[in-house]
Amino acid sequence: MRSRFHSVLTVLPVVASFIVSCAPSMAVEQTPIDNQDERIIHLLNRISFGPSPGDIRYVQKVGMQKFIDEQLNPQLYRDPIDSSNSNEFANLNGDSITLMHQFREFSKEIKQLKNEHRDQEAREESIAYFARTTDAYRKARLIRAINSPRQLEEVMTEFWYNHFNVFSNKVLDLPLVGPYEEQAIRPFALGKFKQLVQATCHHPAMLFYLDNWQNTAEGTPGAGGKNKGLNENYARELMELHTLGVDGGYKQEDVIQLAKILTGLGLTEPRPKLQLQIIDRYGATFDIARHDMSDKRFLGHVIKGSGEDEIEQAIDILCKHPATARHISYQLAQYFVADKPPAQLVARLTAVFTGTGGDIKEMMRTLLGSPEFWDAQYDQNKFKTPFRYVVSCYRVSGLEPQNYGFVSQTLKGQGQMIYGCLTPDGYKTIESAWLSPDALLRRIAFATQVGTGHLGGQQYDPPDYKSILATAGGVVAFRETAPKLAGEPEGLKSALLLGSPEFMRY
Amino acid sequence: MNRRQFLMMMAATSSASLLLPSPRVWAASNSSEAAHTQKLLVVLLRGGVDGLNVVAPYGDNDYYALRPTIAVPRPGSEKGLLDLDGHFGLHPAMSPLMPFWHNKTLAFVHSAGSPDPSRSHFDAQDYMETGMPGAHNISTGWLNRLLTQLPSNHSPVQGVGLGVLMPRILSGAASVATVAPQTKLRKNAIDNPAILAAFNKIYNGRRDVLGKAYSEGVAAHKEVDIALQQGLQDEGDPMMKEQMVANRNAPSAAEFSNFGQQIAALFNNDPTVQVAFVDFGGWDTHINQGAGSGQLAQHLEPLARGLNDLVRGLGRLYENMQIVVMSEFGRTAKENGNGGTDHGHGNVMWLLGKNVEGGKVYGRWAGLSPAALHEGRDLPTSTDFRSVLAALLTDHLSLSSRSLSIVFPQFQPVPRPFVQA
Repeated sequence: MRSRFHSVLTVLPVVASFIVSCAPSMAVEQTPIDNQDERIIHLLNRISFGPSPGDIRYVQKVGMQKFIDEQLNPQLYRDPIDSSNSNEFANLNGDSITLMHQFREFSKEIKQLKNEHRDQEAREESIAYFARTTDAYRKARLIRAINSPRQLEEVMTEFWYNHFNVFSNKVLDLPLVGPYEEQAIRPFALGKFKQLVQATCHHPAMLFYLDNWQNTAEGTPGAGGKNKGLNENYARELMELHTLGVDGGYKQEDVIQLAKILTGLGLTEPRPKLQLQIIDRYGATFDIARHDMSDKRFLGHVIKGSGEDEIEQAIDILCKHPATARHISYQLAQYFVADKPPAQLVARLTAVFTGTGGDIKEMMRTLLGSPEFWDAQYDQNKFKTPFRYVVSCYRVSGLEPQNYGFVSQTLKGQGQMIYGCLTPDGYKTIESAWLSPDALLRRIAFATQVGTGHLGGQQYDPPDYKSILATAGGVVAFRETAPKLAGEPEGLKSALLLGSPEFMRY
Repeated sequence: MNRRQFLMMMAATSSASLLLPSPRVWAASNSSEAAHTQKLLVVLLRGGVDGLNVVAPYGDNDYYALRPTIAVPRPGSEKGLLDLDGHFGLHPAMSPLMPFWHNKTLAFVHSAGSPDPSRSHFDAQDYMETGMPGAHNISTGWLNRLLTQLPSNHSPVQGVGLGVLMPRILSGAASVATVAPQTKLRKNAIDNPAILAAFNKIYNGRRDVLGKAYSEGVAAHKEVDIALQQGLQDEGDPMMKEQMVANRNAPSAAEFSNFGQQIAALFNNDPTVQVAFVDFGGWDTHINQGAGSGQLAQHLEPLARGLNDLVRGLGRLYENMQIVVMSEFGRTAKENGNGGTDHGHGNVMWLLGKNVEGGKVYGRWAGLSPAALHEGRDLPTSTDFRSVLAALLTDHLSLSSRSLSIVFPQFQPVPRPFVQA
């Protein structure tokens, strides 16, 4: 089978300066992964959601260097979701104001139908509404993760979504999580870090999720009703989770100052009659009548009370702060290399962040060229999250889900519903968060369903274990399990590979 | 042969369970069985429940001044507090707990919590779960360390977490089972003996964390399955049956509405279950939290009802049970600009059981004046949560001071933290 990567749109300029290095660093003892096939498997495991049919051969053919360069330039590949040309995914890049309005109308209608005891109609309406919104968003995420040739872009999108998490089941966020990912996360997944902070800060999904839409300076002309004063929620998480990190050196007073700076940044609500001016393309507004116009002292800087521009200044201070460089570098190294990332790598990435103004692509180049990334001690040391596990099962089997709702339910049952993390810290990506006896059994059950051809009520020819073996890179990918397959029932061999200890890791 | 007999047979014959034949046999033959009769359930409310509205100091005038729109009205008013002791009142949504206040098995410790000042949910929850406030990168939880200190009954379910994930508080060296709240999620491919045998071949004998997780998972799966099925068959409680049936079809929201019955069934039907943990989210009420009714009330009501179900479901076993409800921090004494409250510090701990004399609100209470508040805004933590837990572990589970120093390292507990507020 041909790899999905064959669909490169244009010829890539050769980047000669970048060499995948495996030379041991001077300071720390390192043993690079020496087998070429294992290096390719390692690379595919980390910068994609695992090998799919033909991928290993593709990388063997073009070389790891060129493959990395292609993945760092996702525009070279076709995106399998085109929301502008699809009815099903039309809301994915939708306008937040329209979507919020539709959601309110939908809620009213359901309430009305229920009051009239027209439950069947209410149910049908709901199903149709979810099909256009969250179901479609989850399906698009899964299609891309399973099928997109832009694998690194998808991996980074998952990483940043968790970093700037928004929970789908908080009222108005329900129709917004898809557009949030489409508009504020994916376009900048390999861009500049500051773009992500700016985009998420101004996206209605985040403004609603962390309550900043109600954050109001006390005693201002716009204060009133439920919006009489400060709300620290977003200000705190913007520093603790999104930028500086919890040990980033800010104080409670900085939280209050940042909350004041952010007053008035919100939605067309809560004063819809004012027809507040939309300040960005996604539907955020700035209500000067609720803004704190005093001068602020924030992280040692003085910010003159001026309005909307204060937010830009604060974001700039946060993005240039050394604690942010360190925090983001730590997280990237943890995600791509090890749960306890090597300090040298974190330091090197921190320097790149600082030197390039937070250029994510450059950080990824450094990371993928680092001796730590290629160090054998970090090979196969990461435990898959449920999302990665389920997606990698589909990829390695060459299967496409017929029922994406079933996949979403599976992930929910494993504790990782897509867009379903309630808290703003997002889903963890480390072993201790996911490995438990029950979780392992649940994966084995799923592997058995996929491997024996009984997935979610659908009937299909079960994947051939030999092709799974070949797709994953051969016996080296299943060193302990492959020799034990002899004598097992033929029909169970695929299930055993997918449910093997080796396939739980990457 | 019915399913249960089949599982019992499997337990006696399959190679996976040679380690753990039939846990009930172990329990019965264990000489220190008495040490396992005392039970503990910890409930963690994630998000920082607003303790000042759960057990509200209606006797402090500052309470009403600080919370003009969200204070719960005085006892006797509509949607008003349920009077506890003439000074504090219980949130009206918690009325299902009042019988236990009256029979003196419900107590509160107010102004309690972690000494660490963090207002980060994630740090503060970690600290409550590791039992080591201020210390980063602690990978074991205090409930797991507790399990390592209790006499082992060799049961895969001596410690149980209700939920699909392993929480930090239960992580560590001692083996712990997690139990999905939904029945359908508890079904597994390994219920088929051929599939079990095939996976046994791949996982058994592995000495790494995956091998350990696998063998613990298989053992706990059978044990829990038997306990909960037996519960349904033997209890014959029509309400419980109905809820379980409903759960098979319903997606999520009502998942935990029957947590009380489920936990009671676990404890009742499997005597080897000793320590359990459950957590609930949705307490981060930054906006529009309501007073006697509203958002917070809607979260408190099912929780209180579930706890009531639990105590009633436990029956006589309640004699041996200690239940603790806690949350990572309290919320600001003053309401914020949006009819909600922001992250604060001290909170109220809820204790159900016979170890602590109930019908009392304990704690060093200094009122809500600016001078009494932590940083002028939050309830202080005048009682360290570990002091409360330590007293329970000592009295209820007969934990030695040496063991206590392992459960809560570098901590000097106050011998009896229960001073009346």
